[in-house]
Amino acid sequence: MSQSEPAAAAAAATAEAAIAITGLTRSFGDLLAVDHIDCDVAYGEIFGLLGANGAGKSTTIKILTTLLPASAGTARVAGFDIRLASAAVRRRIGYVPQLLSADGALTGYENLLLSARLYAVAHAEQAARIADALQFMGLEQAARRLVKTYSGGMIRRLELAQAMLHRPKVLFLDEPTIGLDPLARHTVWERLAHLNRDYGMTILLTTHDMEEAEHLCGDIAILHAGRIAARGRPQALKSVVSPQATMDEVFAHFSSASDSGRWRDTADTRRVARRLG
Amino acid sequence: MLQFWRECLAIADVELRKLVRDPTELVSRAIQPILWLVVFGQVLSHARGIDTGKVGYLAFMTPGILAQSVLFSAIFYGIAVIWERDLGIVHKLLVSPASRSSLIVGKALSADFRGLVQAAVIYVIAVALRVPIRFEPAAMAAMVLVVTLGAAVFATFSLIIACIVKTRERFMGVGQVLTMPLFFASNAIYPLQLMPAWLRSIATFNPLTYFVDALRGLMIQGGQSVYGIGWDCGVLSLVFLALLAIAARTYPHLVR
Repeated sequence: MSQSEPAAAAAAATAEAAIAITGLTRSFGDLLAVDHIDCDVAYGEIFGLLGANGAGKSTTIKILTTLLPASAGTARVAGFDIRLASAAVRRRIGYVPQLLSADGALTGYENLLLSARLYAVAHAEQAARIADALQFMGLEQAARRLVKTYSGGMIRRLELAQAMLHRPKVLFLDEPTIGLDPLARHTVWERLAHLNRDYGMTILLTTHDMEEAEHLCGDIAILHAGRIAARGRPQALKSVVSPQATMDEVFAHFSSASDSGRWRDTADTRRVARRLG
Repeated sequence: MLQFWRECLAIADVELRKLVRDPTELVSRAIQPILWLVVFGQVLSHARGIDTGKVGYLAFMTPGILAQSVLFSAIFYGIAVIWERDLGIVHKLLVSPASRSSLIVGKALSADFRGLVQAAVIYVIAVALRVPIRFEPAAMAAMVLVVTLGAAVFATFSLIIACIVKTRERFMGVGQVLTMPLFFASNAIYPLQLMPAWLRSIATFNPLTYFVDALRGLMIQGGQSVYGIGWDCGVLSLVFLALLAIAARTYPHLVR
């Protein structure tokens, strides 16, 4: 009894985390892109993974979404191990890649239909889900137009609509507002906040935009050279740096500290960028 | 299993919509076989330089040109896949719970559609050139099956190459280097028995040979399949299954 209780408690603790990362590591040749990360993200959170280019954000998100195998360590996403039950993980997550990747040669509706079919949304529910997603993202008027006529902000909203069709437990976004104008950026933030609140989706996003992190994320981790350099609520991290610190200062503080080789860092970044193509 | 086919059809449906919306490629792909049949075929059939038995040379090469145009359009399928990877579309497909095989079979199905359009074009040219075509429903149905298999084989082969080379520039080079040898080391435009022994033994390992062989038995009156259509279809099916198994493993590497 005394032995099974801690085990049950541990099981409950993992069950409570939407994402539980343990010792996650990924190397490309002799470069450690992700270096023994441990990190839990609670259900219902909007979690920001911050870091400079090449800090390991995209590699981490690729591993968590099962696109890339880890070199060592693992993670549980929505209760399933990414290595042992990758198909179960994929059924429970949504993903919006960094590039605007909706298919321009198709209409908005056709893009949504493809997602609904691939995510095995029941045939009887497809129409209602698609209509709901279009309305939620304010795209009803544009649904029958080819996506190549959409603005960047509209494409991003369409991708969010695609990612919400199957009601994922965890939504991954890789730099969701990169390249968008300020107005479109705010619309995306507002929609993400609603997805989190109305649909109870846990959201993990990567960004190097500090305004985005402060505006959206209740919890953040700053990655530096593949390691978590800082973790906490934005306010808490600010107070660590200085009483009046801005998020930019927080970012600068944790992204450059204790690393002597700035030149080497740039070289690594370039190599990662080349490797990831 | 039902979900597998739903996924395949979802991918094929999308490709089909794109193709119907912009049929430029279908039209431009029709030009090359016209040149081969109208110019090359006409000239060589007058020269009577190649012994093709009772069947005239033009009739002999018509199935070869169909196989060639299916090969040439399917082999550049990989370019489209690399393009989709650069756009992030492949990432999205691979994060979805759809099985990797269904994503590949879906692509192969859309290559099949292109292949069948090519077949229709070549039948029209052949009729115009008075090639004695077999129009019996059974032969036509079997031809559709063989074109479907052949297009799927070469589209999947192309996808594997794309997953290995990963960039459009390299793919263009490799694509050129592969298609011509596949074409010339086959029975497409000359019979196997005219080949030197070394070339003939290469040709027997070339899937295109079996593709052409089956079509030759099915498309033209008096056309002879050397291996038998059942054997040809068996070889093509096995090659497709082997390529599908490889592609399902290499496709995820495209985004790593």
